[in-house]
Amino acid sequence: MTTRRRYTLWVSARRDPGTRWFLGGLVLIGVAVPVLNLAVPASSPFHVSSYGLTLIGKYLCYALLALAVDLIWGYCGILSLGHAAFFALGGYAMGMYLMREIGPRGVYGNPILPDFMVFLNWKKLPWFWYGFNHFGFALLMMLLAPGLLGLAFGWFAFRSRVTGVYLSIITQALTYALMLAFFRNDTGFGGNNGFTDFKDILGFDLRSDGVHDVLVVISAVVLGVSYLVCRKIVASRAGRVIQAIRDSETRTRFLGYRVESFKLWVFVFSTVLAGIAGALYVPQIGIINPSEFSPINSIEVVIWVAVGGRGTLYGAVAGAFLVNYAKTLFTTSFPDAWYYALGALFVLVTLLLPRGIIGLIPNRARTREADPSSSREGVGIKDGRYQPHS
Amino acid sequence: MGDTSHILDVQELTVSFDGFRALNGLTLGIERGELRCIIGPNGAGKTTMMDVITGKTRPESGTVTFASKVDLLELDEPEIAQAGIGRKFQKPTVFEQLTVRENLELALAGNKSFLITLLARMTTAQEDKLYDVLETIGLMEQHNDLGSVLSHGQKQWLEIGMLLMQEPKLLLVDEPVAGMTPQESAHTAELLQSLAGEHSVVVVEHDMDFIRSIAKRVTVLHEGRVLAEGDMDQVQNDPRVIEVYLGV
Repeated sequence: MTTRRRYTLWVSARRDPGTRWFLGGLVLIGVAVPVLNLAVPASSPFHVSSYGLTLIGKYLCYALLALAVDLIWGYCGILSLGHAAFFALGGYAMGMYLMREIGPRGVYGNPILPDFMVFLNWKKLPWFWYGFNHFGFALLMMLLAPGLLGLAFGWFAFRSRVTGVYLSIITQALTYALMLAFFRNDTGFGGNNGFTDFKDILGFDLRSDGVHDVLVVISAVVLGVSYLVCRKIVASRAGRVIQAIRDSETRTRFLGYRVESFKLWVFVFSTVLAGIAGALYVPQIGIINPSEFSPINSIEVVIWVAVGGRGTLYGAVAGAFLVNYAKTLFTTSFPDAWYYALGALFVLVTLLLPRGIIGLIPNRARTREADPSSSREGVGIKDGRYQPHS
Repeated sequence: MGDTSHILDVQELTVSFDGFRALNGLTLGIERGELRCIIGPNGAGKTTMMDVITGKTRPESGTVTFASKVDLLELDEPEIAQAGIGRKFQKPTVFEQLTVRENLELALAGNKSFLITLLARMTTAQEDKLYDVLETIGLMEQHNDLGSVLSHGQKQWLEIGMLLMQEPKLLLVDEPVAGMTPQESAHTAELLQSLAGEHSVVVVEHDMDFIRSIAKRVTVLHEGRVLAEGDMDQVQNDPRVIEVYLGV
């Protein structure tokens, strides 16, 4: 019994080359980036600048967001075109903490009210800002704000059996509505300027490279852990139910599975991941404003996942890095042409690489998920025969 | 409620789609352990009847009682499946992106909530069950293949295998031999016959030879109600059935 491997068990990185490469890459980033930033002199070509540090931190957060989208789109067939909203909510929760952390060091020197409130002549801190001076409370909100919105949205949408393109359109409407709300000064989140001029996080100066190095390492660790949790979910029986829902929702219902409940669980988990990504993003970038809610952002995430290769998890991460690196290069040379390039990329990938860039790697080198012919873990085959108890 | 020897009791069931009466006061009883064939021309209401029993379609009036106590019209699809009714669709619908083994695993009877399935592992008894079913449906060699690469006949069997894993009290089987070779049909007939007794089986089929090879009792539907019922010879010699089928 103890030696029997069942394929429902934890998929060890040892047996899964895709995961091994992915985790290896993350460790490399987590170690090399701080070393190249702190220990290598600025004159060296290998030096990672503060700018480079911010970029890598940003890519890691985007990768986590892409992972969240791939979990629901690639595995459950829920195409969310509004996931940037959950990312932004997590970011705003972190931003509220960072604003309170500024304290009397703001331009107006008010110890309680953030600058924008003083500027708007507000006398009192709105109730929903209470508690954000405590990091623990803010941390909870970074998870709860996107999670609860995801729960409410998913509960109504999945229960009413809204699927496919209709669901995608509603998610676009959701993020658009939030964008409009957050643009308003009255909403109490700094209007179109959002939050910026952060000073420190938990007492650590956000303008020092060392703190950013730590944030990059934390982002890499969070991405790695989230990846493993997602991997565990998709490798479980629940993960197979989720894929069954993607293939045929009706059939899954007739097998006795409560489809809307499965969808809701993965959707909420995915929105929490997106929120965490946003919360890690804000202190590294130093600003959060309502443009993070713009519908185009959510669509971009879907393109990262499609380019990388959906339904693989690491493909989403690879796509997020590649497309965003391309965006960084492109927007410095031809800023106006980026969206044309992105659109062309999406069309080309859809036409020529339906399985994304990951699909270019030969089957044998990838995991069993992506490879129909390789044997699944725990299914013992001896001499071509099925052995239930090997 | 209903006859206790019946696993399924359908009373005065009426369903309309845009004025068209798909079912028109249908009354039907299936005995425990019975293998019943239902035939009828296109539009007779066979599939609609299956849809109502499994919770896909809501009727305007009538009752459907399962195992003489469960009111199926109160339940939704997953609840009906959990109560013990399995369905095989006309078009084979296996999960194409999952392997044969995984398809069977998902059909396994048991608690089907998210958190339970998240942590679920196959027990030895379940592995044995899966092994038996693979053998019964003759897909042992293909156990690790994706559903999408199976032949039409293999998909049909896999779907029957999924029903077996589900351990339903009542199986509803819609056109199991459509598109099968004669050998495949014969194998399917054996399979369904071996199921009756322990399970109650309702088969909807067009293929008369196939029905003749398996059925003891045949129900003929026409325009949403029962036209005739009896053994195959009785039914085939019934003038009303001949008229409906041959248009004489």
